[in-house]
Amino acid sequence: MSETKTFEIDFGKVYSERMRLNVGPQHPSTHGVLRLEVELEGEVVTEVVPHIGYLHRCFEKHAENVTYPQVIPYIDRMDYISSMNNEFPYVLGMEKLLGIEVPEKVQYIRVICAELNRIANHQIAIATFGLDSGAFTPFLYYFRDREMIITLFEKLSGGRLLYNYFWIGGLMHDVHPTFVEDCLEIVKQVRKTNDEALDLLMYNKIFIERTANIGILPADVAINYGCSGPVLRGSGVPYDLRKVEPYSIYDKFDFDVVVGKGEMGTVGDCWDRNIVRVREIYESCKIIEQAIQQMPKEPCDVRQAVPKRIKPPVGEFYCRAENPKGELGFYIISDGSPKPTRVRARATSFVNLSVLPEISKGYMIADLIMILGSLDIVLGEIDR
Amino acid sequence: MESLNFVYDLLGKNIVAYILLALLPMAFLLPYALVAILGELKISAWIQERLGPMRTGWKGVLQPIAEVVKLLQKEDITPAAVNKPLFNLAPFVMFAGAYAAYAVIPFSSKFVPVNINIGLFYVFAISAFGVIAIVMGGWASNNKYSLLGAMRAAAQMISYEIPIAVAILAIATLAGSLDMQEIIYQQGGGFWNWNIFGGPGAITKIWVIPFTVTLFLIYFIGSLAETNRVPFDIPEGESEIVAGYHTEYSGMKFAMFFFAEYSNMFIVSAIITILFLGGWQSPFGDFLNGPVWQAFWFVSKAMLFVFLQIWLRWTLPRLRVDQLMYVTWKVMLPIAFVAFFAVALWAMIK
Repeated sequence: MSETKTFEIDFGKVYSERMRLNVGPQHPSTHGVLRLEVELEGEVVTEVVPHIGYLHRCFEKHAENVTYPQVIPYIDRMDYISSMNNEFPYVLGMEKLLGIEVPEKVQYIRVICAELNRIANHQIAIATFGLDSGAFTPFLYYFRDREMIITLFEKLSGGRLLYNYFWIGGLMHDVHPTFVEDCLEIVKQVRKTNDEALDLLMYNKIFIERTANIGILPADVAINYGCSGPVLRGSGVPYDLRKVEPYSIYDKFDFDVVVGKGEMGTVGDCWDRNIVRVREIYESCKIIEQAIQQMPKEPCDVRQAVPKRIKPPVGEFYCRAENPKGELGFYIISDGSPKPTRVRARATSFVNLSVLPEISKGYMIADLIMILGSLDIVLGEIDR
Repeated sequence: MESLNFVYDLLGKNIVAYILLALLPMAFLLPYALVAILGELKISAWIQERLGPMRTGWKGVLQPIAEVVKLLQKEDITPAAVNKPLFNLAPFVMFAGAYAAYAVIPFSSKFVPVNINIGLFYVFAISAFGVIAIVMGGWASNNKYSLLGAMRAAAQMISYEIPIAVAILAIATLAGSLDMQEIIYQQGGGFWNWNIFGGPGAITKIWVIPFTVTLFLIYFIGSLAETNRVPFDIPEGESEIVAGYHTEYSGMKFAMFFFAEYSNMFIVSAIITILFLGGWQSPFGDFLNGPVWQAFWFVSKAMLFVFLQIWLRWTLPRLRVDQLMYVTWKVMLPIAFVAFFAVALWAMIK
């Protein structure tokens, strides 16, 4: 692997070797406990090997030993910064399997929660990406706004990070009386901060220099690796499950699929991946506003369709939804008992991380950190 | 030195007097460092819509003292695999370089620690000590991140000294002297006589103002790189190489690096004040231009640049190491040469 170069100079021979550097598991910018084994020639990265598994919590094995509704808290802990979105494909799949029709209001609340959580997730992604480039201030602006969303979720479910709010066939509770006003206020504030961040971070000359033309992910490579979400859309592929196969009630809303256009450099560079996230926040705001307008005003029993006992028929099925990070899917095998035989998660971050060695060779160590940040991974989901 | 003769009168020319004189800049440096740390904490907080430290003293004003006490109490760890002599020496070399520069900084027309006729050259030479210390510390730490940081620092600080040197040279040519007091005396009589506005001269000096302003900007940008501040904090870029050359340092040794950084921030601000903004001269000619007022003007002008450095730090992202080299060699250096040529021409014909 490591090769030695010899140089003849006046004073004798000089040997130069490539350096192997362990980035992580304790490193400020690996976004969790990820270890990257990096081979460097000077500052230039020649090889990257990601090592994962430091946060392995046996999600899939646990899921085989609990009943179907009890799987949901474990799903929360996978991608722990977008828990609402994680619950979405699982409950949708189970409802389809059991043939449950949930009330319309529940559908709307679910979509609003999912989009709010998408905003929260993208805010963390953009903020920490800015942090990787050395810009500290936008990070705190975004976290201040995220606090509002977290507080709303706390009012809804009691949890600030892990909600267990979506139940199979319904929701844990109905929304609190000021839910609509809270949402509208959040949307207003989120838009304001996003405009600010565009000025302060995205269109900053230094930031563009650092991210444009770095870590270029061509569309065909992205598709071959199975990337999804903003990583794939940043490469210019308009693939969004909310549009491609509208689940829940997403076909009722008018929103655009944001793709990277290579405005500052090449299509599929770090800047494109990040601007997709920034613009998706605006799209999510649009969806939330429409959902609030269309949502039935009268109160309804959100637990009316929750089944007392869940015993799905024998069989296997795959359910998927658009997570903020990409396509999150669950493959579930049922043997007719109240416990699943096998639950397999298609983790978005895991698939997106696999593209890192491919796109980071030949860039500098500082760029490697930026590329990793632009992939927006969460180790809880990778290791499960 | 005349202004300090009272020390010799009191104590005689012995070792105690020398040590006392050598410690004299501390009387400024320690309060300054506390104010600068508090400024960094509070300004960053206000920029980020936070309150900053609020619990220690009134609105947290005692926080820097708490920080210093904390650093003093910390265990001083020397990792087993380091090169001990170099590792232990590096922070002191760093601090010595930053401290020695205070020997020639003129605070007012009456208070000049040492008035030597090559003051500018001395500051420029002595502040290059920092590079040695950083490479020493980075190499001796036996840590790959430290080594990367040290290599970056060496390349960066040496490169940035060249455009800075050209800027200093231009002012030296304009003033015809490397003596800081002489340069400041020439800029007396109101702010339009400052070197940033082309120095003293008739109205025809107006064509040279763009060039002197350019030199001012080049010196300011270069001084950011010289002190490893954002956007040039590449040697310690915490998101890439953890903490760069001081990754392995803790306790008081880390505090020495930290102290030296703050001390350097003031030195470059003081030099920029002396070179371009009339040093201790009052902006209004002879109005409010007594020796005490001069010290006030000097410290306020310098602190303005310390504030600018803090402001930039909490606003901008960080450049990459090759982009940094590009900026200095291919952008700043040619522009500096052109500006130097123009200023030299003006100095010749005026």
